[in-house]
Amino acid sequence: MSEKKQQVSRRQFLNYTLTGVGGFMAAGMLTPMIRMAVDPVLQPKKSGDLVAVVEVDKLTTEPQRFDWEIDQVDAWYESKVTKTAWVFIQEDDSILALSPICTHLGCTVSWEGNEEYPNQYYCPCHGGRYYKNGVNVPGLPPPAPLAVYDQDVKDGTLYLGKAISRKGA
Amino acid sequence: MMQKIYDWVDERMDITPLWRDIADHEVPEHVNPAHHFSAFVYCFGGLTFFVTVIQILSGMFLTMYYVPDIENAWKSVYYLQSEVASGQIVRGMHHWGASVVIVMLFLHTLRVFFQGAYKKPRELNWIVGVLLFFVMLGLGFTGYLLPWDNKAYFATQVGLQIAETTPFIGDSVKILLSGDADIVGAQTLTRFFAIHVFFLPAALFGLMAVHFIMIRKQGISGPL
Ligand code: FES
Repeated sequence: MSEKKQQVSRRQFLNYTLTGVGGFMAAGMLTPMIRMAVDPVLQPKKSGDLVAVVEVDKLTTEPQRFDWEIDQVDAWYESKVTKTAWVFIQEDDSILALSPICTHLGCTVSWEGNEEYPNQYYCPCHGGRYYKNGVNVPGLPPPAPLAVYDQDVKDGTLYLGKAISRKGA
Repeated sequence: MMQKIYDWVDERMDITPLWRDIADHEVPEHVNPAHHFSAFVYCFGGLTFFVTVIQILSGMFLTMYYVPDIENAWKSVYYLQSEVASGQIVRGMHHWGASVVIVMLFLHTLRVFFQGAYKKPRELNWIVGVLLFFVMLGLGFTGYLLPWDNKAYFATQVGLQIAETTPFIGDSVKILLSGDADIVGAQTLTRFFAIHVFFLPAALFGLMAVHFIMIRKQGISGPL
């Protein structure tokens, strides 16, 4: 087979060149468009700045709700967005700041939000519950513990950043 | 691999006659630039179509970022142009393509006119072609407003005043286009957007289909 000289017919040659040129033109047209469409996917993840939320001496061993505002830049739209955290001091004196976003479908949980379940976070949407440290009560809809905020303490003030989700338990 | 997939589909759907009918037909000698170079004039119709395809594709991608709202239109265009990778290129394609398509359309019209290719039995296709030309002008006019910058705004003011000079119904035509008797604003922008991306493209597709079907039915006009 390789002995014989491969003849490329005129028709084949034209087919190849036309397909090649056509493909090249199509690629030239579509590449910028697709690049533009996928741009958000290729953006580096933003870490989010830490924002002063509350003085540490206001914190107790009981979770308290704190709200603060951040400046959010959403492409061409800039706005202030309110963030919320449940913050308390743990047994080992460290501070834990939990996101109130239910890991099931994103409702907002509250500490002792239901009288029947003291010492737990309660989600009103499908009755999901979490222990004080944010770990979900097993056998209920939420599949993972509450997310924990990035935190830092400077000059007696608690700074919070992005909520980092924890793996399902 | 491709051949196998093709065969599989063809066995069930018999698609060969379909694409044969669309793509596989003889090109008469007098329209083939390989025989007479001057036959390149026959390319303008196809080039118009090619640029139209670019316009449709780039337009589809632009609407991923564009907002037809007076608060945000300009900002979203600015954002896609300065922050989004390749955004400038895609908007450039749509911007320049809009002009190129008119030029190609015009050259195509000139060719058909001076060759007398519009004569019987092709008068109807000439009429469809003229309608296509108006649709294209409409697309250009409505698209011009969408970036919502000063040039767009004042060009549209002028355009609307021209529409207003229509005898008898001028006033109504203008209000129909601008959505408000006095203001060129929020409602004008949404209307122009709707016309630009839904109504006129729909008309364009329909007319193009008719235009092409008639070419296949009647064939290309004979040599001069
Ligand atoms: S969203 Fe909280 S339990 Fe379903």
